[in-house]
Amino acid sequence: MSHSLEPAAAPRPPWWRDRRVMPWLVQAFVGLVILVVIAFLLGNLVRNLTAAGLLLSWRWLGQPAGFDLSESVLPFNAEMPYWRGLLAGLVNTLRAVGFGLVGATLLGTLLGMASFSSNGLLRRLAAVYVEVIRNIPLLLQLVFWYFVVFLSLPNGTEALQFPGVVLAKSGFYGAGFEAGWHWQGPHLVNGVWQAPLRLSVEFTALLTGLVAYTGAFIAEVVRGGIAAVPKGQWEAAASLGLHWATTLRRVVLPQALRVIIPGLNSQYISLAKNSSLAVAVGYTDLYSVAETTLNQTGRAVEVIVLLLGAYLVLDLLISALMNGLNGLVQIRER
Amino acid sequence: MTLSLPQRLKRELAATPLDGAVSAVLIVAITAAAIGFLGWAFGRAQWLVIQANGTLLAVGRYPVEQQWRLWLLVGLLAAATGLGWGLLRGRRWPFNDRLASVLLVALGLWAPAALGLSLPLQVRWWAITALLLGLRWAFGRWGAAGLARLHPRVRRLLPLGFPLLYLIGLWLIAGGLGLGSVAPSEWGGLLLTLLMASLAMLLSFPLGVLLALGRRSELPLLRWGSVLYIEFIRGAPLITLLFLGQNILGFLLPGGLAPDRVWRAAAVLTLFCAAYLAEAVRSGLAAVPRGQVEAARSLGLSVPQTLGAVVLPQALRTALPTMVGQFISLLQDTTLLSLIGLLDLLGMARSVMANPAYLGKNAEVYLTLAVLFWCCCAALGLGSRALERRLDTTRPA
Amino acid sequence: MVLMAPLNRLLLAAPLLLALVLGGCASEDGGNGVQSEKLNTIRSRGKLLCGVDGKLPGFSFVESDGRYSGLDVDICKAVAAAVVDDPGKIEYRNLNSSERFAALASGEIDLLSRNTTETLSRDSAGGNGLSFAPTTFFDGQGVMVPVASGVKSLKDLAGKPICVESGTTTELNLADRMREIKAAYTPLKFQTGDQTYTAYLGGRCVAVTSDRSQLAAKRTSFPDPKAHELLPEVLSKEPLTPATVNADPAWADAVRWTIFSLFQAEELGITKANIAAKLAEAKAKPNLADLRRFLGVEGDFGKQLGLPPDFVVKAVSAVGNYGEIFERNVGATSKLKLERGLNRQWSEGGLIYSPPFR
Repeated sequence: MSHSLEPAAAPRPPWWRDRRVMPWLVQAFVGLVILVVIAFLLGNLVRNLTAAGLLLSWRWLGQPAGFDLSESVLPFNAEMPYWRGLLAGLVNTLRAVGFGLVGATLLGTLLGMASFSSNGLLRRLAAVYVEVIRNIPLLLQLVFWYFVVFLSLPNGTEALQFPGVVLAKSGFYGAGFEAGWHWQGPHLVNGVWQAPLRLSVEFTALLTGLVAYTGAFIAEVVRGGIAAVPKGQWEAAASLGLHWATTLRRVVLPQALRVIIPGLNSQYISLAKNSSLAVAVGYTDLYSVAETTLNQTGRAVEVIVLLLGAYLVLDLLISALMNGLNGLVQIRER
Repeated sequence: MTLSLPQRLKRELAATPLDGAVSAVLIVAITAAAIGFLGWAFGRAQWLVIQANGTLLAVGRYPVEQQWRLWLLVGLLAAATGLGWGLLRGRRWPFNDRLASVLLVALGLWAPAALGLSLPLQVRWWAITALLLGLRWAFGRWGAAGLARLHPRVRRLLPLGFPLLYLIGLWLIAGGLGLGSVAPSEWGGLLLTLLMASLAMLLSFPLGVLLALGRRSELPLLRWGSVLYIEFIRGAPLITLLFLGQNILGFLLPGGLAPDRVWRAAAVLTLFCAAYLAEAVRSGLAAVPRGQVEAARSLGLSVPQTLGAVVLPQALRTALPTMVGQFISLLQDTTLLSLIGLLDLLGMARSVMANPAYLGKNAEVYLTLAVLFWCCCAALGLGSRALERRLDTTRPA
Repeated sequence: MVLMAPLNRLLLAAPLLLALVLGGCASEDGGNGVQSEKLNTIRSRGKLLCGVDGKLPGFSFVESDGRYSGLDVDICKAVAAAVVDDPGKIEYRNLNSSERFAALASGEIDLLSRNTTETLSRDSAGGNGLSFAPTTFFDGQGVMVPVASGVKSLKDLAGKPICVESGTTTELNLADRMREIKAAYTPLKFQTGDQTYTAYLGGRCVAVTSDRSQLAAKRTSFPDPKAHELLPEVLSKEPLTPATVNADPAWADAVRWTIFSLFQAEELGITKANIAAKLAEAKAKPNLADLRRFLGVEGDFGKQLGLPPDFVVKAVSAVGNYGEIFERNVGATSKLKLERGLNRQWSEGGLIYSPPFR
């Protein structure tokens, strides 16, 4: 109706170009969208769960599980409650992850070092190993190890016997100290192997698969770390007359660790997550117990929440450990 | 400095006495393993299970009378590959790549005869291989010159050919628009594996870029939202997420609106891959010098223009190797679909092995699958490294 | 949650309206006497979504040419023939034992025909909330061992590994029985049946436990079937029964009576081969009232169920009567060579019994 008579001292830009308004509008819009989506999903969840008579509840955790576990570090039987079963599964997962971390690190470091060997054959073999293993899915490797390799092992007297170690269809047997601190190797009792250290064949297959697979990735991390060390360091060590292995151990690796450890962190976390594939080879890890629990109780949402929470905590733990380790390595730097 | 073969061998295998001993042990071990494996593969192994179920493993229960559509698609893909290969040819490949390409070619030549494919199948196979190699040769010879002659505007539209090809592929597979439709539950085997992987790759890419930008945004809500999403997904094993998709998604949507299992799994794979891609892109973004943004802004480019024309092209180039690594692991992760009952390559294989006629043929089937996966992943890696070398602006072409 | 409710209801309204509109359209051209959301959905979709195992020879199995076959599959086909007039218009979903109920509850499949044991907790509204159709196979849980192992009863299995599929009633029954006889054992659990049997055949377990029919079926496919035997003990009752959701009784009835019609057809001697002749006979002779009603020549049984009047003819023409289905898939003419046993008609001392069609 009437045009403004005020002088255009500082012409405000239109609101869609205003740098003070726009960010907040964008945020408000995104926030609204997220809220609406969450409200929509949660609303449906509550409605559908109510309809199915499965409203969130945790009381079932205290009821007797009714199923047994094939192996468990924590004692468990069918009369114990579900939470105890899930806990036993978690401990089994931790066991696989712990062994796996050590094995994969050893294998990966050896392979990574081999790719700097003065022996051309060894170098190429390491490269071929990495190239082959990394391009084949882990799940496929796991089922191959279990169903093809380990299940075709002989049992009883025909089992593969090495000094102190026996590999049979029923499992892996290793020598160790028994009660009374006497050294005891694997021995046959009524056609069944007995030994202080006994791993089920499911666990052995899972461990082999995880170590072989993650080892290839760690080899690449180690190789990258070693490659990041300036060439001059190698040459200087060589001119001092050091063998390549000594050079690697004494000169290069300590420097490479700074690059390697962050890379290791992500490989360790992926190993922890990959351990959930145990379900394919019959090892009762956390995921496997959770799936059985879901099946017998129908409590899908609660079980998933527990499962996700447990793996998240496991990842955070590994990250925290590796960050601590990283700090240690960095301090040594002068 | 050129060395004669014996000299080279000596330097490679026996530079020191210790190396010589190691080499000897390795040679003996490799020879023993090779003899053992070949003895099994050509003696005791029974490859009939693969021959008889070849179609099932390749395309699942895809209707036989519609399979010409898939052959057409393979032909189109071979043409596109030949074209791209021809244009991207160039520098000498490193050892791993040469090894991989030699193996791929050998398998490609050997497989049809070894599998005892029927004559029409063999003819199609060789026709498609010829198409691929012919186009590669033709474009390697004249492609660059031909491209240069095109109108710049037309040339800029060329990359659109790939999404277009993808859409055509989807149409050929799913049908509709004049073609008889084939339901997702009838796709299976390698077809389903490749389709799921490629779909998740394409869809997760824009999502991953958005998440990466969100994580670096100055707006707290966007930043924290992205961080929360990325860390949540990266903290969970894929199998639990797939499990969530299959068992809980039905509860999260109004009754009966939940999409088909295949689409649900594709959605989970996409959301999963996006979080990892976001991290790859983020590291790429971090590698772009701040000065670039400031220069672009001072030239008067808007925020989206700066991102699209200056920052993202550089960031994505830096992130390319990581992203391809992610895609390769996504392709491998599709095997987890078999754990939730989908008939992907591994799921189909398990189904085949449940057939009484082929009971206990685990080694043959798993080994075939391993070779197939290896070929797909190695080809992806080869292509990406070729692209990487091509895009590498720091070295002369 | 409380705060979100109003907004939530608003959002719910949209899809609900859409569903109502779609449902309305479908029921208009259906024109049946019965209102069933599921029946309408299936008709407008033009095909039945059927959940099966997919890896169990004799019950549901994918052949090398990509087609499904088996007893469970034939039930799907009969229902599809009755509802959408074409036994081929089925989309099969392979489900493992842990995901089958979620698939049914979330509406992903219309019918679960996957050797599922009917139990109280699965049937009850406070449990899984399923609605069970007539049992199509009466079974019991058994244990199979290699003859050479020398195991003669459950007691001999103490301390030994036993292979079992996880997430099944089998797993729980095994735990119960072993606790009863106070025998410790190692249950090796696998997600799918094929893995379970691969592990058993690989010699990892001394025994494998499952439904007796399944064990017998699998045994026929073993390299040396005579080397394995079933223990005499039956661990439980396993009535294998197709199921639908509780929420739609009309749909459940349609499935139930389609299956009963297969039982009844056998009782009346109606087969896939002679059904055309029987239909002609029924049409020609008004005095055969029972047959005329059964085949839909007179009366409105089909309409009462929300199915076409001649749904019986369609179902039986598609797959034959129950006896034929049994013989073809699991009986003497099949690879499995199972005895009819409890699955004979009631008139021959079995449990297969159809209530009267009237």
